[in-house]
Amino acid sequence: MEETVRFAEASGFLGSVWLLVAIPLVSAAILLLLGRRADRWGHWLGVAAIGAAFVLGLSYFFQLRGLENKQVELSLWQFITAGDLKVDFGLLFDPLAAVFVLLITGVGFLIHLYAVEYMAHDEGRRRFFGYFNLFVAAMLLLVLGNNYVMLYFGWEGVGLASYLLISFWYGRPSAATAGKKAFLMNRVGDAGLAIGIFVLFAQLGSTQYEDVFNGVGALSQTTVLVLGLLLLLGATGKSGQFPLQAWLPDAMEGPTPVSALIHAATMVTAGVYLIARSNPVFSANTTLQLVVVGVGAVTLLMGCLIGAAKDDIKRVLAWSTVSQIGYMFLGVGLGGAAYALAIVHLLAHGFFKANMFLGAGSVMHGMNDQVDIRRFGGLSKYMKVTWLTFMMGWLAIIGMFPFSGFFSKEPIIVAAFEREGWTAWLFGMAALIGAGLTAFYMTRLFVLTFHGPKRWTEEIEHPHESPKLMTIPLILLAIGSVGAGFLLATSVPDWLEATAGLGGQEKGHEAVLAHWLITTLSLAVTVLGAGLAWFLFRNGTATEPQPAGVLVTAARRNLYTDAFNEAVFEKPGIFLTRALVFLDNRGVDGLVNGLAAAVGGGSGRLRRLQTGFVRSYATSILTGALLVVAAFLAVQAGWLA
Amino acid sequence: MSELKLPPLDYAALAPILIMLGAALVGVLVEAFVPRRLRNGVQLALALLAVLAALTMVILNADARLLTAGQAIAVDGPTLFLQGAILILAVMTLLLMGERAVERGGAFVAHAAITAESAEDRRQAAGAGGATEVYPLATFAIGGMLIFVAANDLLTMFIALEVFSLPLYLLCALARRRRLLSQEAALKYFMLGAYASAFFLFGVALIYGFTSGIPGRVAGVDFATVHTAVTESASSPTLLYAGMALLAIGLLFKAAAAPFHVWTPDVYQGAPTPVTGFMAACTKVAAFGALLRVFHVAFAGAAWDFTPVLGTVAVLTMLVGAVLAVTQTDIKRLLAYSSIANAGYLLVGVLAPSKDGLSGTMFYLVAYGFSVLAAFAVVTLVRDADGEATHLSRWAGLGKRSPFFAAIFTFILLAFAGIPLTSGFTSKFAIFAPALDADQVWLVIAGVLTSMVLAFPYLRVVVMMWLSEPGDATPTVTVPGALTSAALVIGVLATLVLGVAPAPLLDLANGAAEFVR
Repeated sequence: MEETVRFAEASGFLGSVWLLVAIPLVSAAILLLLGRRADRWGHWLGVAAIGAAFVLGLSYFFQLRGLENKQVELSLWQFITAGDLKVDFGLLFDPLAAVFVLLITGVGFLIHLYAVEYMAHDEGRRRFFGYFNLFVAAMLLLVLGNNYVMLYFGWEGVGLASYLLISFWYGRPSAATAGKKAFLMNRVGDAGLAIGIFVLFAQLGSTQYEDVFNGVGALSQTTVLVLGLLLLLGATGKSGQFPLQAWLPDAMEGPTPVSALIHAATMVTAGVYLIARSNPVFSANTTLQLVVVGVGAVTLLMGCLIGAAKDDIKRVLAWSTVSQIGYMFLGVGLGGAAYALAIVHLLAHGFFKANMFLGAGSVMHGMNDQVDIRRFGGLSKYMKVTWLTFMMGWLAIIGMFPFSGFFSKEPIIVAAFEREGWTAWLFGMAALIGAGLTAFYMTRLFVLTFHGPKRWTEEIEHPHESPKLMTIPLILLAIGSVGAGFLLATSVPDWLEATAGLGGQEKGHEAVLAHWLITTLSLAVTVLGAGLAWFLFRNGTATEPQPAGVLVTAARRNLYTDAFNEAVFEKPGIFLTRALVFLDNRGVDGLVNGLAAAVGGGSGRLRRLQTGFVRSYATSILTGALLVVAAFLAVQAGWLA
Repeated sequence: MSELKLPPLDYAALAPILIMLGAALVGVLVEAFVPRRLRNGVQLALALLAVLAALTMVILNADARLLTAGQAIAVDGPTLFLQGAILILAVMTLLLMGERAVERGGAFVAHAAITAESAEDRRQAAGAGGATEVYPLATFAIGGMLIFVAANDLLTMFIALEVFSLPLYLLCALARRRRLLSQEAALKYFMLGAYASAFFLFGVALIYGFTSGIPGRVAGVDFATVHTAVTESASSPTLLYAGMALLAIGLLFKAAAAPFHVWTPDVYQGAPTPVTGFMAACTKVAAFGALLRVFHVAFAGAAWDFTPVLGTVAVLTMLVGAVLAVTQTDIKRLLAYSSIANAGYLLVGVLAPSKDGLSGTMFYLVAYGFSVLAAFAVVTLVRDADGEATHLSRWAGLGKRSPFFAAIFTFILLAFAGIPLTSGFTSKFAIFAPALDADQVWLVIAGVLTSMVLAFPYLRVVVMMWLSEPGDATPTVTVPGALTSAALVIGVLATLVLGVAPAPLLDLANGAAEFVR
């Protein structure tokens, strides 16, 4: 690093930034500890806590705008002290953290509001809001920590909340399994992150962002590469990126607001946050950047392909999340000015994806929890608000001008073309093709759900629009999907300038294609993909699975990644477990049980010496005394020393 | 014959001792002059006030490092730390002794001589006010312990030993329920205690003989003289070594180290439970305080030669305690064996001849005292119509009947087992780490292995409480009165706090870990 990173001490109003974490946390504790007593009003407490956090976040944001050094640090207390290892419980409020805080609390507030109604008939609503607030608290800690250990703390916290919420309906075997799957796959990533933090400590003696960013320049290229790959492993786990993407679609077993907030708008973007936050590490090694870009490109294409073959409305959206986060990884991997572009896309995505998930929830609400898009159709007449708001989300995600996706995705595609040599073509084309495929499968989803003939199951006669409490958040998010893109794309990169490592980045190479050409091409493939889907599905689709070619079959089976995991990890894992259990039962347990029996037997025999007679006790003491005196004398005589 | 001169006394430094002994004397007068119905309250208040006043004086003396009363009393870091520990644990003990809400009339009997099982006895058991003499007795014992940890010569130490032992023998005999068992326990304790005192006294005599060999100096049993004698005496070292061995035996008896532990299970089981807690907490502090002083101050020049011998005693103690705990069926006996094993761990600390070893041992004493008193407080609460239900089979399913107290007891057992986030973990660490530094690897290995064995009986109780169905025989937990609650809260909180944030107390112990000579 050329320039040293210096964080300012938080003072005045910003000294209370810890409230952002504390308020949701306290509210979660109240909801979870009070139990049934809080059933009647608990959900409103949950909503109010997030609302308060949003208002606070907004005022902190304005406070920060007025400051010279826009990176303020707040050390609360020494969290761990063990020898050389010192970890502060400290927070860092800087432009990057600020935008995340606003996203998490803002979108979080709308989704909380929506969930009040969505979960109204669920017995566990209070518990749901308790977990939900726990999630928000952990997520805010993740983005607000001023060192990697705090980040890890929040990281594990959101993992826990995510697990609890995916398996919220733990009575359903599929939900319980999905929870476990998410948890296990996340462990793989978390282990990477944890080892990465150990490496940081071993190499730099600190996990504070300030020390790490200033010290990374002195590390060898190999160390940086290893460190970066470990952090990347953590990021892929949390963000559902290749090769740890399989848990995210299954996570849709949770209630829909969970999918919207955690598995679309916020938590899954934590990986992007990690890489953007650690940009001094990733920018320090070009191989590392290439790997990140590769992961992004592979994942974004994979998500598109699989998304196009799925029939479950939430899973299609889930795969689109995987794919859109792929774009963000592509952005942060490109480095330089593209970091900011990835964050812009992240924020825009937060709006339109939350919008569409809530829309999907609204559709399910009106259709008896049906999730199969082959069983929808023609809903535009019955659910006007949902239809219109979903349309905004759809136009935004496919990147149609002038919706927000256009302003956030197109610059990433341009940036991909700005790489050096053949990689520009490779990644540029991947991004471009991805845009076309996105247009195709999202249009398929939209058309099959809201247009064409009705293909409903018999029991549904008249689907109803959702109540106000659900549609108002939809409308607000839809406005965000329309307008946020332009606003974000013009303001956020400047705002992020003041973040460590994100400022003063020079542009990349000259693009291999002219800027106007790329823009035209990307709009063209979008229109092409959307038009094709509209043409194919305008008359609906068969309600039964159809025979399909090699590619579609593969896509339906998640490109065989699950099969791969099963064959390579699960089967040998199960075998290993069985072998270990066998060894444990026969070998270890045998030894332990034998020892235990020996101890028990010895104990039983020794007990008989405890006769209860003073005379035998006195004898025992006398014998002991003789032995001790004899031993002392032996030592004195030099026999024992 | 030279004129007898009174040595100068530093009253401020001696204040804690004087306050306790004075309060005990006042207590005797209270017995004589205060009306019976007021006596319990007055006595309890008097004893508590005295302890708190003594504690205040200890705190005010915090910086004192001096010898007084003609070198007989040393007021230094370890003395003050251990006196403070004894006094704080004594507060808990007095609270348990004063409890009258759990059992009508309290845990003590008024007339111990009534024929057991007679009609009069049953009337008495049903709720006559208990003996209030327990408070002066306990106060005397506490006073004796305060002298014991401060004693800077062997005769003072011996007298202190008797001052705190005699009241304890009496206290042991005063249980309201199972009175014969209690009296038998007291008698055993008394006889064996007298026996052990004889060893101690004989040792003192031999050491005195040994010190007469210092050229140009009068013989004596104060630690400074003994210390000089170890290096300079012309007498046969056999006197020294035999004397040291006999002294050690006397002290190890009080500390309940094998093979001098034999009295412990019977006495712990028979004594009234608050007294058992008192012995397990305060007597341990006193006994190990004296051991530390004898080895660190008097025999510092020679004592460490004997590490292998005392180490063997330590290992034997751990083994006996842990292995015998496995088959116990009575909760008080189980805790007795656990206390024996803990004496073994403490010996490991004593045998680490460093400042860390000293402070670790002192820390362990405090941490263990809190936990063990809390454990016995729970034991006083688990009862049926016949008093405390101490047989383990009766605890089956307690977790379902009284989850709160079962949880507390589980927590304490986990602390005994040395699970992190409890004081049991931090204190074991504080003792084993200096032992490792002193290359006593074998002691640490033995300690860890026996801890594992010992975890079994603890966990067996946990399993029994939580995983067994409650039967008709499962007693309920009596809701404790304010006094027992207070003692329980102090004990459990201390166990937790010392497990989570041990640093302040460790720092305090470290700052105090230096003897004056």
